[in-house]
Amino acid sequence: MNFELKPPRLFSAVLAALAITVLIVAPARAEITVDITQGNVEPLPIAVPDFVANGEAARRFSADIAGVVAADLERSGLFKPIDKRAFIAQPDGLAVTPRFNNWKPLNAQALVVGEINIEPNGALRASFRLWDVFSENQMTGLSLTTTQANWRRVAHIIADTIYERVTGEVGYFDTRIVYTAESGPPEKRVKRLSIMDQDGANHRFLTDGQTLVLTPRFSPAQQEITYLAYFNNQPRVYLFNIDTGEQELLGDFPGMTFAPRFSPDGNSVVMSFAENGNSDIYVMDLRTRRVRQLTNSPSIDTGPSYSPDGRQIVFESDRGGSQQLYVMSGDGGGQKRISFGEGRYATPVWSPRGDLIAFTKIFRGQFHIGIMRPDGSGERLLTRGFLVEGPTWAPNGRVLMYFRQERSDERGRGGTPRLFSIDLTGFNEREIGTPVGGSDPAWSPGPLK
Amino acid sequence: MRFNLPVLVAAAFVLAACSSTGDNSGDTGSTGQSTSSGNAQVATAPAGPKPGSQMDLTINVGDRVLFAFDSSALSAGSRTTIERWAAWLKTYPANSVIVEGHADERGTREYNLALGERRADAARDYLVSLGINTNRVKVVSFGKERPAIAGSNENAWAQNRRAALVLAK
Repeated sequence: MNFELKPPRLFSAVLAALAITVLIVAPARAEITVDITQGNVEPLPIAVPDFVANGEAARRFSADIAGVVAADLERSGLFKPIDKRAFIAQPDGLAVTPRFNNWKPLNAQALVVGEINIEPNGALRASFRLWDVFSENQMTGLSLTTTQANWRRVAHIIADTIYERVTGEVGYFDTRIVYTAESGPPEKRVKRLSIMDQDGANHRFLTDGQTLVLTPRFSPAQQEITYLAYFNNQPRVYLFNIDTGEQELLGDFPGMTFAPRFSPDGNSVVMSFAENGNSDIYVMDLRTRRVRQLTNSPSIDTGPSYSPDGRQIVFESDRGGSQQLYVMSGDGGGQKRISFGEGRYATPVWSPRGDLIAFTKIFRGQFHIGIMRPDGSGERLLTRGFLVEGPTWAPNGRVLMYFRQERSDERGRGGTPRLFSIDLTGFNEREIGTPVGGSDPAWSPGPLK
Repeated sequence: MRFNLPVLVAAAFVLAACSSTGDNSGDTGSTGQSTSSGNAQVATAPAGPKPGSQMDLTINVGDRVLFAFDSSALSAGSRTTIERWAAWLKTYPANSVIVEGHADERGTREYNLALGERRADAARDYLVSLGINTNRVKVVSFGKERPAIAGSNENAWAQNRRAALVLAK
């Protein structure tokens, strides 16, 4: 069964060739670093002056690209971009060593010097060098060539490169979020499948709101989303092709399928199927269309999420009397409870690094977002509220996004959910701006190739 | 057991009167049908809803049963309501219905979908046990997606933990 919703083509520009060249990097000594495993780190002061524009056509990008780079770094909570109005002088360009004495008085630990060229064929080339101001060494440098429409991606890749060089962790700025946009009163809430960059830019509604949609999740291949839709009032798991807008029903189940998630190789979708008051977990191979049942208990088994190596699945079940987290092997064997704290545990998601599982916990009338190791040890709660739910991992396993909803009054006011992100350390909680309300965020597994 | 219609209407009126606080928003989610009740139409049966219609079901029979938190157990009162559903379906053998299962907002989304299915199923099973052909009764869960009543308070949550009977089109 196919549905054609005709959303705008999203990735055509994005998929345009992106050429990346590493600029010569001099060996650096005693360089600046940020240890992001610590909680409340002092953000690193960094100067990101407007990129030097070579030619009139390049000028419109010089402040925009620098602005996106600075905003990405600032939102990470690990960098503190210095106010441009404090700058003593603009850099002269990439070819010359910066005058560090212009930056030392501002206490800029790091300096980003960039240049923009528009090639004869219209392509945008952005180049930059990251300097350690006090040791006067270049830490990294890149040159990126792409279409002008792609300028935000260039800025995100530059920010990722800086983040990686300084923290030693993979960046997460060149990524996207798929989520459900929510509008209207609670009894008649309109939900639309939506996609945006991780900073909220390039927002698009992918469905028109006629059909209730829930829980979208990215394919590791990224051109597809799996989600729950109520076409003809029948809740079923679908695949949605982001490029074409084509929808495809997954499987031929005689009842509700829900809680879908891709396997790490993108070849399977694991989901729940509800029948006769009992929900079990199934996996469907997308190539052979073969369906296999993984759990078989007279209880609600749902929320499956693969470990990054694909060998294990964490899920929630109320088989013991209340919602708790369990781990099993990829074929359903060795089912073992891992959560033993007070309260109910739900929506487990395995970290892309494999070291942690994030979850929603309902405890003493409040909802929490927490993390624990895959064996259930080391539980930590990162944030709480009237309702916080549905964590999703940034591809570097250092940041979580989730949604938060406050109490609503008797007319349903005040209960619109919103998206938030938080660091693993429990610090740096931030709202992600969306045009209307938002829930069920899912972070793309990594940058587009 | 077969009710004749006047008796049924009278009995339902008493029940509708005592449960009317929950009916200030009668929308059951999927049909978009407005079913606000508690007005004078109920008392004047001849001018009332068309027999066998959704309005008839909602006003004269009672279209929903409520559940305790995180439970799909049918209370004695719910069983009585479902027995009236069965009588109504026997009175109108051409009617097919959908049992919609719902949950309050105090649970996670996917669990609540499963819980709503469990509730709808509990109601459907009892209906079928009363002699209604399983082909006439479908179930669908809306989890916490379609509350009957807005608001984050105990009354709204109690009204939203429900299974609602909707006439299939």
